[in-house]
Amino acid sequence: MTDISTDILVVGGGPAGLSAASEAASYGARVLIVESDLQLGGQLVKQTHKFFGSRDEYAGTRGYKIADILLSEIKENEQNVKVMINTTVTGYYSEDRTFTAMSGEESYMCIRAQRAIVAAGASERLIPFPNNDLPGVYGAGAVQTLMNVYGVVPGKRVLMVGAGNIGLIVSYQLMQAGVEVAAVVEAMPKIGGYWVHAAKIRRLGVPILLRHSIKEAVGERVVEGAVIMELDDKFAPTGQELRMDCDVICMAVGLSPTTEILSQAGCRMKYVPELCGLVAERDRAMRTSNPDFWSAGDATGIEEASAAMVEGRIAGLCAADSLGLPVKMTKLDEYWTRLDHLRAGEVGSKIRAGIDKVYRDKWEVRLDG
Amino acid sequence: MDENESIFNSGVLTDELPGAIRPPQDLWEGKKSGLVVVECPQRIPCNPCATSCPTGAICAFSDINDTPRIDYKKCTGCAICVAVCPGLACFVVDLTFNEDYALYKIPYEMLPLPSKGDTVTCLGRTGEALASGIVETVVEPKHDRTYVIHVSAPKKLANDIRAIKVGG
Repeated sequence: MTDISTDILVVGGGPAGLSAASEAASYGARVLIVESDLQLGGQLVKQTHKFFGSRDEYAGTRGYKIADILLSEIKENEQNVKVMINTTVTGYYSEDRTFTAMSGEESYMCIRAQRAIVAAGASERLIPFPNNDLPGVYGAGAVQTLMNVYGVVPGKRVLMVGAGNIGLIVSYQLMQAGVEVAAVVEAMPKIGGYWVHAAKIRRLGVPILLRHSIKEAVGERVVEGAVIMELDDKFAPTGQELRMDCDVICMAVGLSPTTEILSQAGCRMKYVPELCGLVAERDRAMRTSNPDFWSAGDATGIEEASAAMVEGRIAGLCAADSLGLPVKMTKLDEYWTRLDHLRAGEVGSKIRAGIDKVYRDKWEVRLDG
Repeated sequence: MDENESIFNSGVLTDELPGAIRPPQDLWEGKKSGLVVVECPQRIPCNPCATSCPTGAICAFSDINDTPRIDYKKCTGCAICVAVCPGLACFVVDLTFNEDYALYKIPYEMLPLPSKGDTVTCLGRTGEALASGIVETVVEPKHDRTYVIHVSAPKKLANDIRAIKVGG
């Protein structure tokens, strides 16, 4: 088994992890990025739409171009950054501060890191319904990967389940790829994503059926259609149903933070519905209750990539600072100002409420250090 | 919840709202090159329209979550915002094109790309076909694959045409 050592291990090479790595490396920290996918960039590489936010978060730039910008930034400090793709961090052993990782499917290694920044992102939620094991039932992430990474359309006519930003954006991307979107169904009485994303697909003729959900998939060997149902105020079926023809059912019904490593490291965790799952308590440095661990991005709560990048900067800056490196700590206030702005609106109110539940001004009891 | 509210909640504008106000009619009718029409009624953290506006017609935001406010006297109809807005929520409508037709400057990110002289279908906010239009110009202001298609179509639909469909 190979042994690797580094100052800072960054788990996950998406927008938060790349920002954290770039920031820490710019102050001279030796950083190892471990990414389970075959390339760096995380979800950014699938994002063909232009980002919101301000210039600081690359607003107006398409997601995959933002990945290129972050990668070229990392290249400026490449002497300090090592990257392992196709590698998954599988465990943490606190007694000797060692991580285990698996590269490909055969090769295992130990990683000794003084500090770790967990930016492992999120996993997709799926909802159960009859026949959801038929070929043609996809998560929205898989549809994006097929289309935008591999250039393969998933089918001819799609029913989208969920009108959050992902459901709305992927619907638009499907139409750009020449795929028909039969409808978007949303159980809530209001779209969850940005109104303008909904307007974009509405004006191209896609119906968004609020208070509707999928009842079942229809088909013998593959998806041939779906039955959708109307819901009342209490999300109970009203009995109104509609059969739709489609060969793809795409689920965009939410994400859950990926936090197993943080749990394993003994970081104090809390289930916060507003942040979409189990997340670590954190302080202003994005440091957890385990002083060797920071966290950033969707792993700290489901939010936009623009916020993930700023959180990554904070974690990278503060992890480098904890190593005694000469960092510009004035940056911390600047980053928090940016985060506060991103979260200031109505859309950010849920995030703010969630963070209030896990934010700690200081730690009463540290594990050590 | 009334009918209008649930239509709005599905992404269709039903009335004027902060961030989605029509230009003043008298100024609009005489303004060569047209005026911007913004349809961005939700407070979200996004400001490229304001930061990219070359004349300051889209007023600077005090909070990044502000909805756009327009100083129409400063708007030149340049359509930079049309190309820049990540939500494709900016349009320019030039009512001076000719007697019966207006020039609609509409963001477009679909395939196929139309060419000058093509006939396209002009769509309303729910994708309904409203009229045929003629493509007058196709530009890509930021060279980032958001095209701005200049389409001439009936002037009386100035408050309705918000998209085009190429072919048919």
